[in-house]
Amino acid sequence: MNQPLGQKYETVIGLEVHLQLSTRTKIFCGCANVFGRDPNTQTCPVCLGLPGTLPVLNKMALEYALKIAMALNCQINPLIKFDRKNYYYPDLPKGYQISQYDKPVAYDGHVWMTTVDGQTRKINIKRAHLEEDAGKLIHDDRSNSSLVDYNRTGTPLVEIVSEPDLRSPQEVYDYLQALKLTLEYLHVSDCDMEKGSLRCDANVSIRGAGQKIFGTKTELKNMNSFKAVRTALEFEEKRQREVVSSGGRIIQETRLWSEEKGTTVTMRSKEEAHDYRYFPEPDLVPFDIDDALIEEVRRSIPELPRQKFERFVGEYGLSEYDARIIVADQHIAHFFEACTKLYVDTKKISNWLNGPLLQELNVRKMGFSDIKIKPEDFIAIIRKVDENVLSNLTAKETLKQVLDTGKDVAAVIRDAGLAQVSDSSALEGIVDELIREHQNVVGQIREGKASAIGFLVGQAMRKSQGKANPKMIGEIIQRKLSAKSDA
Amino acid sequence: MTKSQKSITKEDVQYIASLSRIHLQGDEVERLTKDLEDILRYVHKLEKLDVRAVEATSHVLPLANVYREDEVRPSLAQAEVMKVAVMSHNGFLKVPKVIQ
Repeated sequence: MNQPLGQKYETVIGLEVHLQLSTRTKIFCGCANVFGRDPNTQTCPVCLGLPGTLPVLNKMALEYALKIAMALNCQINPLIKFDRKNYYYPDLPKGYQISQYDKPVAYDGHVWMTTVDGQTRKINIKRAHLEEDAGKLIHDDRSNSSLVDYNRTGTPLVEIVSEPDLRSPQEVYDYLQALKLTLEYLHVSDCDMEKGSLRCDANVSIRGAGQKIFGTKTELKNMNSFKAVRTALEFEEKRQREVVSSGGRIIQETRLWSEEKGTTVTMRSKEEAHDYRYFPEPDLVPFDIDDALIEEVRRSIPELPRQKFERFVGEYGLSEYDARIIVADQHIAHFFEACTKLYVDTKKISNWLNGPLLQELNVRKMGFSDIKIKPEDFIAIIRKVDENVLSNLTAKETLKQVLDTGKDVAAVIRDAGLAQVSDSSALEGIVDELIREHQNVVGQIREGKASAIGFLVGQAMRKSQGKANPKMIGEIIQRKLSAKSDA
Repeated sequence: MTKSQKSITKEDVQYIASLSRIHLQGDEVERLTKDLEDILRYVHKLEKLDVRAVEATSHVLPLANVYREDEVRPSLAQAEVMKVAVMSHNGFLKVPKVIQ
């Protein structure tokens, strides 16, 4: 925001992130917690809210919520309970959602994040609580009806509410990346925004620069990717600035992001002004979160991205830049660490990993978890370069073919004839050809322009499809040219 | 609600009725306003008790920590679910259109 408006106003954003937990079953019943099945095939009397049924808490869902709470540096309530949040909507079969009101699992936490310009910022977490997901509605214009699928009803959710600590759409994006990475390391959710297992609503307001009190906020919904969150916030921030600077007032409302239109629009709803009439859920007893349980869960928390980042920089001497790329995907981090057990030059591993290997994955649009290459194969390729069997070019080709075929490195090099040519008679033939073809360059070399040798070496690599041993080529060129000038 | 003084109005009753999707007819609003007033007046007797030493509680049963293991149990067949639906369409429950 470089317009004059940018200095006059400050944007204030708080986020509510809903995370579907990847437990085997739903939060209060034994229905399978699965995605993509035929409609209304994963329900039972409990999650359909039929009379006379009794919800019972899935212990795993609570343990996952505690894991999240600890990873987000939260305080944990020693006693938690559930409450009913009452509202009528067809995606909610009971007419209320079982959620947590005044005794949530966790409160007062924080997340560390790195901004685009490399700064570290602490974003405070207000609370994290357990609740059940609602069903899915499909609106059908033609029949003027809505269709309801209750498979999702009762899926365990953790809602993570940040304090209004975020100051720009980009910061929100960075926060979401940091939060998602931590959650991925915990293995409590697949964190897939496209599948809806991670969803995000944003509360946005603006205020005059330096002003202490908050402006009136709007709530944004319906963003389906982190990029959409950022774009929607950029739009809304601009809209609010325009309203206020032209003398208007912001109305507190919920606005839906429209990806096609690129705008936020007022959500029309038949729903009354929100009056949820929370009260304690009588069907669920309270839960003591005792030290034994906390200890048990704490032991199951793996090394988290931030700790891993610091360790990789300290222990392996990686640059912060390289360490950040490696840690940003736990599969890459795991692969890297397996490689360090096989090969001592960690910087070289990181160069080959963050360079050629990640490039190949990008080309294939594959995730690191999908690839076939083993650390042993990857290191074998690097060793072949050390031994002058492969050049950088043929090493990349070998990598490509190992990824494509799953064959082992030695077989790929043999079958594709990728081994470096160090047979001097073959190389001499190539050099002889080049000397004939590039007389002017030869002249320059004779006049003492040593850098021109590099050009000929490059040509030799091309002629040999990268297989010539560049060091030997250089030596042969020098020998031949000095021999000729002596003659 | 202020202490001991009732203040249930007809508007309160209508608001609660609409939140609860209850359609009140004829003199029901008036009758319920009076009933609710009586109930509240009765419950207000509790305010005379000294409860400073009583811990806030949300459950009366001496029970806590009732869990279920994360084990899958069979769900209902789709056809069974459709039986309890007022209207259905291709395995979905069908409801009057809600606008979002």
